[in-house]
Amino acid sequence: MVMEIVCPAGTPAALRAAVTAGAHTVYCGFADETNARNFPGLNFDRAEMREGIKFAHAHGTKILIAINTFPRAGDEALWHRAIADAEGCGADAVILADIGLLDYGARTHPGLRRHLSVQAAAANADMLNFYADAFGVKRVVLPRVLSVPEIAAINAETEVETEVFVFGGLCVMAEGRCSLSSYATGLSPNMNGVCSPASHVEYQNERGVLNARLGGYTIHRAQKDEPAPYPTLCKGCFTTGDKTGHLFEDPVSLNAEQLIPHLQKAGVTALKIEGRQRSRSYVAQVVRNFRAAVDALEAGKPMPEGMLARLSEGQTMTTGAYKKTWR
Amino acid sequence: MTNPTEQIPRFPVALSVAVRLLPLAPLSISLTAYAGSVSRRHPGLFRRLGAYDHATFVLHPTDLPFVICLDANGGQPRVAVMRGCGTGAARIAGPLAALLGLVHGAFDGDALFFSRDLVVEGDTSAVLALRNAIDDAELDLSREIMQVSGPLAAPLQWVIAVLERRSGYSLTRAMETQTW
Repeated sequence: MVMEIVCPAGTPAALRAAVTAGAHTVYCGFADETNARNFPGLNFDRAEMREGIKFAHAHGTKILIAINTFPRAGDEALWHRAIADAEGCGADAVILADIGLLDYGARTHPGLRRHLSVQAAAANADMLNFYADAFGVKRVVLPRVLSVPEIAAINAETEVETEVFVFGGLCVMAEGRCSLSSYATGLSPNMNGVCSPASHVEYQNERGVLNARLGGYTIHRAQKDEPAPYPTLCKGCFTTGDKTGHLFEDPVSLNAEQLIPHLQKAGVTALKIEGRQRSRSYVAQVVRNFRAAVDALEAGKPMPEGMLARLSEGQTMTTGAYKKTWR
Repeated sequence: MTNPTEQIPRFPVALSVAVRLLPLAPLSISLTAYAGSVSRRHPGLFRRLGAYDHATFVLHPTDLPFVICLDANGGQPRVAVMRGCGTGAARIAGPLAALLGLVHGAFDGDALFFSRDLVVEGDTSAVLALRNAIDDAELDLSREIMQVSGPLAAPLQWVIAVLERRSGYSLTRAMETQTW
């Protein structure tokens, strides 16, 4: 069975680009706090979502709607309405993280397929089976902290489909529980849908040196010939004692393209590409690349050589936790 | 795929000197009319700017001797071409070819930023909103000109195609639509 390529779309144009480039499935979100990419100028209003789903279905592509932030007390109606509208728009599934929202979805919209977001940080088979038993979850997006053998061990003990990230921004924190962005800005991906929000980002050029600041803190200084960073705290360059370096993680992107055959053997159903905040040009290039890779795998041919380095943060790539080589 | 820096042509210095002689006021008036026509055909572009639909963006083609100040003005854009720095909520600077490639979807904005072919200053949120709005609009600046060129559209299309091929500039919407 061909592995499913699950692609990001932050705008209707990116959705069309993903579908046309060969995505099996596209995930996107409404333009509000219900999804974890609540950035300015991004996402879909209801009419755009309906149109996008119509376009995707006409081309045989599925649409998943991410409603993967955690509802704010007293404001649950916004999240409930998003689930109802996702079903009304014809979405093939919703991607949820919050247990209360999963319960609400299972009770009030039982016909709408539910996937568990990476934001729920479900990292062992017992958790997957619990979500499946309690809320009818059909697929779980695994956190980016597992090795390939660990993923295989999970799949050996569950019937739930698993989806893993293969390309894009890398997050090695316990997703859904990370408070670094909140610490610096008061806003988080978990509650507000924004990690290191652009409204708190500032760049200053000082004679070729680029200072990247978040919420008033200098997170990174890039010398003239170094790639520019986006100032997320976990990828910042800090000085402790006499050492300066990336204490939490390097500003690199995940690229597990060459591991696709191993992920298939580990029982993974779907391969997820990160980047709803990226352009339609990025979406088209990455989708085309990964579609070629899974088609090659299916045809028994070798994996094509990857050509995606320049699209990556830090312009360098890693296989992340899939092949653990800790410092 | 090569590094974007290697792909981005620079505006010829001799031509850049000639551009200095251009009268800026008529250029501003023409670009305001052009931006108004784009806005009428792509109302979603300014709607997507959301809270920034009245912001002014300073666009700085670093290989040209002027900056372009685009005042979104609630969907009735005004353009002022000026020497010096210009003022606005945010500044986006890079070679003209990079800015055009960004508009036409030939380049990914983040990739240009990571490689430092593009420099942003000021309100990063406003820059993101503009980038996302333009990316979604699927603009083709040459087509926009041709649509108001009447009988000159066909020869103009030929001229643009030749210019695009010879200069390496992205003058039309990039085709990211290769189907499977």
